[in-house]
Amino acid sequence: MTPDLIANVVIAGLLTGLVYGLMALGLSVIFGVVRVVNFAHGEMMTIAMYAAVLLFGALGLDPLLAVVPVAVAFFGLGYALQSTLINPFITRPEHSQFMLLVAVALIMVNALLMTFGPDARSVQVDYQLESYAIGPILIDKARLLAAGMAVATSAALFAFFRLTLVGKAIRACADNHLGAQVVGLNVKRLYALTFGVGSACVAVAGCMMILLVDVTPVLGPAYTLLAFVIVIVGGLGSMPGALLGGVLIGVSEALAGLLIVPSAKSMFSFALLILVLLFRPQGLLGKRT
Amino acid sequence: MSPERRAAILLALLVVVLVALPWVAGSYVLSVATLILFFAFTGQAWNVMMGFAGQLSLGHSLYVGLGAYAAAGLFFHYGIGPWAGIWLAIAVCVAAGAVIGFLAFRFGISGVYFALLTIAFAEFTRIGFDHLQWLGGPGGLFIKVEQRESWDLLNLRGTPRMFYYVMLALTAAAFALCAWLLRSRAGYYWQAIRENEEAAQALGINTFRWKMLAVVISAAMTALSGVFFAFYYNNLFPEQIFHISRSIEIILGPIIGGLGTLFGPILGAAVLTILADGITELMALAGLEIPGVKQVFYGLCLLGVVMFLPHGIWPPIARRLGLTRR
Repeated sequence: MTPDLIANVVIAGLLTGLVYGLMALGLSVIFGVVRVVNFAHGEMMTIAMYAAVLLFGALGLDPLLAVVPVAVAFFGLGYALQSTLINPFITRPEHSQFMLLVAVALIMVNALLMTFGPDARSVQVDYQLESYAIGPILIDKARLLAAGMAVATSAALFAFFRLTLVGKAIRACADNHLGAQVVGLNVKRLYALTFGVGSACVAVAGCMMILLVDVTPVLGPAYTLLAFVIVIVGGLGSMPGALLGGVLIGVSEALAGLLIVPSAKSMFSFALLILVLLFRPQGLLGKRT
Repeated sequence: MSPERRAAILLALLVVVLVALPWVAGSYVLSVATLILFFAFTGQAWNVMMGFAGQLSLGHSLYVGLGAYAAAGLFFHYGIGPWAGIWLAIAVCVAAGAVIGFLAFRFGISGVYFALLTIAFAEFTRIGFDHLQWLGGPGGLFIKVEQRESWDLLNLRGTPRMFYYVMLALTAAAFALCAWLLRSRAGYYWQAIRENEEAAQALGINTFRWKMLAVVISAAMTALSGVFFAFYYNNLFPEQIFHISRSIEIILGPIIGGLGTLFGPILGAAVLTILADGITELMALAGLEIPGVKQVFYGLCLLGVVMFLPHGIWPPIARRLGLTRR
């Protein structure tokens, strides 16, 4: 095992990790504001991947361009989900909210199974075979583009929450639910907007992920768990934490696949999750509440 | 008639029906009934932790799987029968539950974080068992299927009727245990913790100790359903038995039936299993074989119940039957 090989694997893991990070960012934003854990997050990710597959199959649309319609559709889906199903549950106990989203997840993953069957689907674009060579290090073009898109989307999200009035209003809801109501913010609408924004993040992440892996319906629960691992490692509700967690998990998965057996790689993610939950439950970058 | 008396009469009737069932029902009905009892029992076990003590476990497949593999492994490698295997299964599950409970409660993890921790442990174990060749790995562990003409209770080998009665006995015992627990000091402490942990603590309840007790009892009971599973189905795969969908299947019954109630897990398991089997039958009649239909149906049931009947379907029925004091 040469240092070159390890460097290659680490860089590939880092780039994939950025896409993971964007997916987890959606979960983190939703939890940070609405305080509901989206148990259907990975299922939404796989729906976005299938949407990219369909758009590619029907219209020949490159996933890099499919991002736009899929993200818009997912914004609407998330908005509708929050305003019809989840808003009535905000005052319900935690386990009740959890069960609601478990039900949504169960329906989503099996509806995909009914529609598309258990076989893997993928998109084939020509640049998936290209790569850039920097000295001994080879970087896949598709992976680089996916990571770039993830970083750009994350940056746009940061800007949205920092610079726009709506973003500030959403942050106000997150900081103080009652206070936001007192100053006259329409909290329920802002919650729906937040869920829509979080869903749009997943949509972008899904369209990028289809460039890197094939999609099957059972990936949904696996991605949900992965997103949980990432946001808890990074800090639930912390936006930089989600990206950091994504990169950490991406690199550790890649290294575990290289150094031990590939099929055991998520064991390390779960071990990491258990350790973080026990010793730093607020996550690496999270604040203690 | 007092509600207690009414409940006792209805319970006696139910027991008579269930004991008589194998003498009137065919083999298909018997297999469905066994499955219902399996989920009723496992749901009852989960209910101790969530329904009574308010600790949401989404990783109960961990205890089913550990219990199953402990007893099956003992039988497979050393020929030691399930009655000895039960004790190993219970010991393993109690140890696992105690470790998870200790870590979680000592470090103050609760609510969603606790649920995620239980998932993490179950998933960790699932992947671990996939790499444990001694117990079959991903290829599965198979127990030899023997002739099923006679009842060999000692080795848990026998007719479907025997398995039905074993499961019925387990379910009845679990029901009695839970009824007693709910009325014991532990039951009242658990309910206090479930409703408001800080208030319970302020009243001088050692919440750590009682939560641990709930986890340990629940894990020990679930171990038994694992042992039953291993010897009833004779095959174990980590991908199936430890999978998170199995955990969700376990908790659907009690949630749909009524969290924290005694009849809820039984009613919920019966309703879900019968409806799901009905759908499978209907689909087969229509000549359709689409995977996922049953789970979509589970999802819709769960969605409907959490939205419109947040306390489950048993409480309104109990009121209608006059089983609760007004």
